[in-house]
Amino acid sequence: MAFVHSLNLVPRVLKGEVNAVARLLTRAEAGSHECRPALDEIFRRAGRAHIIGITGVPGSGKSTLVARLVAAIRQTGRRVGIVAIDPSSPFSGGAILGDRIRMGAIAADPGVYVRSMATRGALGGLARGTLEAIDVLDAAGYEMVIIETVGVGQDEVEVARATHTTVVVSAPGLGDDIQAIKAGILEIADIHVVSKCDRSDADKTVADLKNMLSMGLASARGSWQVPVVPTSAARDEGVAELVAAIDRHWTFLREGNRLEERRRLINERRLLKAGEEILRDQFVRQRNGQVLKLLEQLQARTLSPRTAAERLLQDIHPGDAP
Amino acid sequence: MENDGALGDRALPPARKENIPMTTESKVIRVLVAKVGLDGHDRGVKIVARTLRDAGMEVIYTGLHRTPEEVVDAAVQEDVDVIGISILSGAHMTVFPRLLKLLDERGAKDIMVVGGGVIPDDEVIQLKNLGVKEIMLQDTPPDSIVAMIRRIVVERGPR
Amino acid sequence: MNDPVTGGSAAPDVETQAALAAKVQAWEANEVAAFIARAPERQKQFRTPGGMPLKRVYTPLDLADTAQADIGLPGQYPYTRGPYPTMYRGRFWTMRQIAGFGTAEDTNQRFKYLISQGQTGLSTDFDMPTLMGYDSDHPMSEGEVGREGVAVDTLADMEHLFDGIDLEKISISMTINPSAWILLAMYVALAQKRGCDLNKLSGTVQADILKEYMAQKEWVFPITPSVRIVRDCITYCARNMKRYNPINISGYHISEAGSSPLDEVAFTMCNLITYVEEVVKTGMHVDQFAPRLAFFFVCQADFFEEIAKFRAVRRVYAKIMRERFGAKNPESMRLRFHCQTAAASLTKPQYRINIVRTGLQALASVLGGAQSLHTNGMDEAFAIPTEEAMKIALRTQQIIAEESGVASVVDPLGGSYFLESLTTQFERDIFKVIDDVDRGGGTIKLIEQGWFQRRIADFAYETALKKANGEKPVIGVNKFVESGEKADIEIHPHDPTTAKRQLDRLNRVRRERDNTKVAQLLDRLVEVAKDERENVMPITIELVAAGATMGDIIERLKELWGTYRETPVF
Repeated sequence: MAFVHSLNLVPRVLKGEVNAVARLLTRAEAGSHECRPALDEIFRRAGRAHIIGITGVPGSGKSTLVARLVAAIRQTGRRVGIVAIDPSSPFSGGAILGDRIRMGAIAADPGVYVRSMATRGALGGLARGTLEAIDVLDAAGYEMVIIETVGVGQDEVEVARATHTTVVVSAPGLGDDIQAIKAGILEIADIHVVSKCDRSDADKTVADLKNMLSMGLASARGSWQVPVVPTSAARDEGVAELVAAIDRHWTFLREGNRLEERRRLINERRLLKAGEEILRDQFVRQRNGQVLKLLEQLQARTLSPRTAAERLLQDIHPGDAP
Repeated sequence: MENDGALGDRALPPARKENIPMTTESKVIRVLVAKVGLDGHDRGVKIVARTLRDAGMEVIYTGLHRTPEEVVDAAVQEDVDVIGISILSGAHMTVFPRLLKLLDERGAKDIMVVGGGVIPDDEVIQLKNLGVKEIMLQDTPPDSIVAMIRRIVVERGPR
Repeated sequence: MNDPVTGGSAAPDVETQAALAAKVQAWEANEVAAFIARAPERQKQFRTPGGMPLKRVYTPLDLADTAQADIGLPGQYPYTRGPYPTMYRGRFWTMRQIAGFGTAEDTNQRFKYLISQGQTGLSTDFDMPTLMGYDSDHPMSEGEVGREGVAVDTLADMEHLFDGIDLEKISISMTINPSAWILLAMYVALAQKRGCDLNKLSGTVQADILKEYMAQKEWVFPITPSVRIVRDCITYCARNMKRYNPINISGYHISEAGSSPLDEVAFTMCNLITYVEEVVKTGMHVDQFAPRLAFFFVCQADFFEEIAKFRAVRRVYAKIMRERFGAKNPESMRLRFHCQTAAASLTKPQYRINIVRTGLQALASVLGGAQSLHTNGMDEAFAIPTEEAMKIALRTQQIIAEESGVASVVDPLGGSYFLESLTTQFERDIFKVIDDVDRGGGTIKLIEQGWFQRRIADFAYETALKKANGEKPVIGVNKFVESGEKADIEIHPHDPTTAKRQLDRLNRVRRERDNTKVAQLLDRLVEVAKDERENVMPITIELVAAGATMGDIIERLKELWGTYRETPVF
């Protein structure tokens, strides 16, 4: 099959053509230079979707919840794009991505697009290319874009810096009463979900969370009252309430200039991240040249890492993008 | 810190990729691995999935008892390079032709199909003639599977 | 000297032990060391395929941690040496070749052929749609009807399947799980129609759903309602079919999915414990149903590991039933098992040598005390076996029985230092797994967490790597490979008219039955299913007798219970 240039994919993406969306996502994820002008164009066209991050520790029932949530959202007619993230192996770089299994029937719904992504070395619970993927799905007309994070239970803050609404999922009986606190993700939640509420120890988890919230630990959310939504897949409960809470939060953001504020934060973060990436890109590409020499000096302790890095950066000209 | 002179004549030790994100362009082979049909024998498919992961590929595993329609939907959305189908229920002569037809209908003929299972030799030939790239039989060494996937992706060329 | 009757170690007394230990030490230091210096051994450390380290030689010293009472005598607790006192001196094991393909008529012919060749029990393989509870005309069934087994949708199929076969005379085994209770209901309905006495029927239905979630992955409903159905089969049979085994708790599929021999039997015991607990909860005493619990294991290639496995699991079972569940009746403590040689050990290259593999595995099954045996056809790596392949497989059993002489003495390997030591090691390791599972929250919880599945997948992956690097030799595959081999094999042909013939009958049944009655019965089924105290068997028997199809029943219950979807582990 002939190679289709990314810019030629853009009109098809804007029409929501699945194959074109899929291919552009692949190139964005690969960090392909060829697709940058296309992604620039996509960025200009994006900005309509409600972006929702869903995070929680392994075993909290995140994937099951996402499947049920999406099914419920589809009842309202909105189209949903999902990016489900799993970790890449730090050793081989490979990954097994199994989130589609949980999606069940919704994966066959033409109003739903599911994409599995491996972190490919990215930290913070997102994958490389996740932010561009959000743009692509947004521009393709998905009214809601859901990011399901890796959920390793630590350092999931990136998702809050990339989404409008962050949902943190906890489950009762996962060892710690409130894993969220330990994991440091309580503060990032706009909405808390306690899954598996058919279990007897769920009430305590809900109560503990509410208690924490009343102590004002989540003041960063301004006047938004962070709700705690109990759900149960076994009893098929709580999902309608979650959809309502997500919609309520979207309405809340759109009052006044809150949404603009949130978008500003997201864009600021993206700007910095993109800058870091360009620098690191240059840095890494020079590894086999000057890096090796500098490393030897580090090994001999004649140079400190900080000074070595400064020297390396002197030779980098971020302007000449490859 | 111990000075072991590791930089002598070799390059940097293999970086743990979580420490140094690869920001330059990275072509990762993506393979969708699925069990189509009603049998649940997933021993082989799991070994294949692990093997491909350990060879640095991204494996989308869609679970058991999938229909060709579900597989093709997923493969298109995931934009995989290869679909690997394991089938031991005897329905291979029904399943593979339908998969290929669906891929064609969806404008996704650049997604290649390989298969594995208990398949008689003459049917292996028939399936290859239909457009199945390779059939892996029982006891195919994991390394050969990896090599085969890499080879067909290279042969296909960039897309 | 320990009293060999009442207990104590099977090893010699302390002084003799010390003298022997010194002798062994001297032997290692002198003869062995000198010999190895000239001719090194093939490996530094030999191990069983399951990973148990093996010594160079075993002596009475290795019996030190085996109680004499644990070896015991055949037909006595803890039944290490066999469930019965005379074993094959009375009658041989049941030679039970599984068969099933095409429509009921096709399989019925194969059954009659096997009986004419001297087979003494029947065993039925069903096609995938039947196993998964789909009617033959369901879209999921396309391409699979009558392929890997016989298609059964309705009682009419069952009538043709066992046409001309006396249900009171020949024992019939049915290998089916999530939809097993429907097949059992058909079998009962057929027997009733023929006027048989249900208490005279002997046979087995597999109905072991827990190992499906662990290994074979054939399921319909979530775990809880599925286990309830199994419970209902057990209690129904305990009350109505005194000679029938309502469950065949199976390690075979766990092993074929890639587990170690230890995990095969250990996981099987975990499943046993779960089922017994479920049935006991209904108020039925363990001795009311345990005598009809049956088991099914594989016999893999490692001769002694497999024999030790069978002996150990008999001992473990006896102890579990007596100590954990308070069984009083010896019949509740005797583990009886069907054995099948290992299909996954068969190769496509040089396929005729599969006869030898199967022969050795069959011998180990017999030396391990199996009650019935299926030997695989040499062509199973190609397709379902041909008649010729099945005949050779059956003759293999007949040679072992009639020519080899191993059936003349009960447990002829009993007392072997090596085997007894390995048996005891197995027993300990099984109990350790059971202990881990108990402490981890029980079998069902650990299935949900993928614990068993991960252990199986890990061992399977290791085995695949060992085959690939040659550490695990497989003749014809990674050793003594013949290049350019062309398989000159006759393959069992699939009849392209199968699906049509099957659908014709299915449609006829649907046309001729009283649909109003079926609909009413289905409503009642839902009511029964909702009430956990009720038993689903009687209403299901009524349903199949009225012409309900398997799909009618399953689809209706899916509405109530939903379906199972696993989170796979790697």
